[in-house]
Amino acid sequence: MTDGLLTSASAPPGVPLKRRLRRAERARQLKALALVAPLLVFLLFTFAGPIAGMLWRAVDDREVRQVLPQTIAALADWDGKDLPDEKAYAALASDVLAARAAGTIAIAAKRLNYALNGFRTILTSTARNLKAAPEPGTAKETLGKINPAWRERATWTTIKDASGPITGFYLLAALDLTRNADGAIVAALPDQAIYRQVFTRTFIISLSVTLLCLILGFPVAYLLATLPPERSNLLMIFVLLPFWTSLLVRTCAWIVLLQSKGVVNDSLRWLGIIDEPLRLIYNRFGVCVATTHVLLPFMILPLYSSMKAISPAYLRAAASLGAPPLTAFLRIYLPQTLPGIGAGSLLVFILALGYYITPALVGGAADQMISYFIALYTTETANWGLASALGAVLLLATILLALVYGKLVQGQQVTGGMKN
Amino acid sequence: MEAGMVTPAPALVRFSGIQKTYDGEHLVVKNLDLDIRKGEFITLLGPSGSGKTTTLMMLAGFEVPTHGEIYLAERPIKNMPPHKRDIGMVFQNYALFPHLTIAENIAFPLSVRKTSKAEAQERVKSALRMIKMEALAHRRPGQLSGGQQQRVALARALVFNPQLVLMDEPLGALDKRLREQMQLEIKQLHERMGITVVYVTHDQSEALTMSDRIAVFNDGIVQQIDRPDALYEHPVNSFVAHFIGENNVLAGTVETVNKDYCRVALTGGGAVTARAINVSGPGASTSLSVRPERIAIVTDGSSSDGANRLPAKVQNTIYLGDHALAVLDVAGNAEFMVKLQPGAHHDLTHGESVFISFRPDDCLALDPV
Repeated sequence: MTDGLLTSASAPPGVPLKRRLRRAERARQLKALALVAPLLVFLLFTFAGPIAGMLWRAVDDREVRQVLPQTIAALADWDGKDLPDEKAYAALASDVLAARAAGTIAIAAKRLNYALNGFRTILTSTARNLKAAPEPGTAKETLGKINPAWRERATWTTIKDASGPITGFYLLAALDLTRNADGAIVAALPDQAIYRQVFTRTFIISLSVTLLCLILGFPVAYLLATLPPERSNLLMIFVLLPFWTSLLVRTCAWIVLLQSKGVVNDSLRWLGIIDEPLRLIYNRFGVCVATTHVLLPFMILPLYSSMKAISPAYLRAAASLGAPPLTAFLRIYLPQTLPGIGAGSLLVFILALGYYITPALVGGAADQMISYFIALYTTETANWGLASALGAVLLLATILLALVYGKLVQGQQVTGGMKN
Repeated sequence: MEAGMVTPAPALVRFSGIQKTYDGEHLVVKNLDLDIRKGEFITLLGPSGSGKTTTLMMLAGFEVPTHGEIYLAERPIKNMPPHKRDIGMVFQNYALFPHLTIAENIAFPLSVRKTSKAEAQERVKSALRMIKMEALAHRRPGQLSGGQQQRVALARALVFNPQLVLMDEPLGALDKRLREQMQLEIKQLHERMGITVVYVTHDQSEALTMSDRIAVFNDGIVQQIDRPDALYEHPVNSFVAHFIGENNVLAGTVETVNKDYCRVALTGGGAVTARAINVSGPGASTSLSVRPERIAIVTDGSSSDGANRLPAKVQNTIYLGDHALAVLDVAGNAEFMVKLQPGAHHDLTHGESVFISFRPDDCLALDPV
């Protein structure tokens, strides 16, 4: 007290207290920053960077622009109502010849084929059959002869739509939407409209897994939190045991257990409960069982930590005040575990949303989740734009959920931090 | 010691031959028989592990007696679940529900009893008024101080008019000044509302301040049940004499017994006359108990009034504000305390030889420690 008074009395006059405080704290803040810096840099390179790159790829559209630059320039003022004029045809012919020489035709063909099925053939046949630059004034006729598609407006609007440099095409496709020849947003063709269904399926499977984890994990977490330490430690080891085994091994173990000649079916048949083997794997059931098994610890641990903080005195107090066990549980215990239920459910749900290996191994064709399609487009068809757009939609949905959760727990926060 | 009490009210609670063991080998409560009268404030006092809290938990219904029966208003309640017992309880750490407001906490026992909304509201209001916390009704427990939380816990345990209120070291977590204030508040509440309170503590001064009767527990046995003054003045054994208040112990052997008095030869030399309370007869070893405030320091070793006189050597004096203590070496006990009146004997110096004097009536011959 006295020391503080002396220091403030002897400090240079005129320097505000706030400035002096900041100056005094600066060294400590710098030290703290230095300690987090390595992780921050690491995260920037391995997390923020790739995600930004992915989001960019979802709207990036420069492939056609690079291969057919003159055509794009010629189409710049085209109103899209009629066929473009001779100038655009001449530009296209010149671009195609140049691209053929450079060997880049396939790049544009692939991108345009996403938007209009068959465009690959139009472009490659044109490139093959166009011997030389057409005489001035005859480009329209020449190209129309090589492939009649050049006489259709849709062919040209497709090129104009793909002119970049950014596009909403992939994001619309990820939501089963597309632009028609007039540029209006309409529902995609039924055979291309699969993603809404896949997203719905992904959410339903994730929700089922979350509920299963909650139902199975709650009693275990309660036991963990209430058993004497030596026994709860042993139980905790069993809960954490899955973390010590490879994810692939655990998933394959489920295949061994659940297949038609697997342990479960054989036992049931041996017991005479069933005659025909049950179909337990390569369907929704198998996906839910295996994913729940993998994600269960992520539910149990947050629940456990919230339950551990609840003094047994609360339930005793409730009983002494006249509450029967069920009432005491519902009105006193359960509300205090809500932060844990929320955290565990959110964790499991978000992990399940992006789950790939387990559904891919134990699911059937109708149980593939969004991650399967993202992987498919990145590794098999190299349609990075669509893969990124699907990822972006998933990311957005996840962020929205996290925000909703944040809003929900904010009301709880007042009690959450106030344990006596 | 039950005899000669004030008008015995009917027993509200009766412990009959209660035994309790947790491990099947060691009895935490050994054969407890205890009556609690309607309207009284009884304290279960004892060191930790003496069985007092276990006794309270059996009464609340959180522990089941291994043997014996507990009667509440003449009904056996050994196997009755706690929520049906109609007993209010105040816990050591208050156990206020952190997710409910103060008003909701107090309303909880009413709402589980399906009390009508209007009546519940009225009773919560008057309970809040009783603890003078109407303004804080919508705060949560975490936003209150320890003393405020304790008041809310009290209000919550009283709001449904239970036939019995149990308190398990409710003031243990408060600082000294607040604790003393709360002791008086609880005492006033008890007198005003005429409730029956069973209070558990290990703090003897708290027990003396608040209780109508105190049951002193040690080693799973009730050593003595009596009014606070009787416990202090007439302890039945060395444990009670030592546990309640300050006490000096002198070891010795009984030489002769003459009705209520006996002559004791001290192990450290000398002999005194003492009241024979808990001695079996001549030849038995005994512990003498003398209170520090019943002893005078004198310079003259010869007794003229029948009082006991023993030589003592001054060790040091301790100043305690309202009084001072002299620490003496008496008959081998080097921590023999004598309470000094303010201003008296300030001239005692280390190593000085003096005499102490106390009446035979203030010296109790008890069981050997």
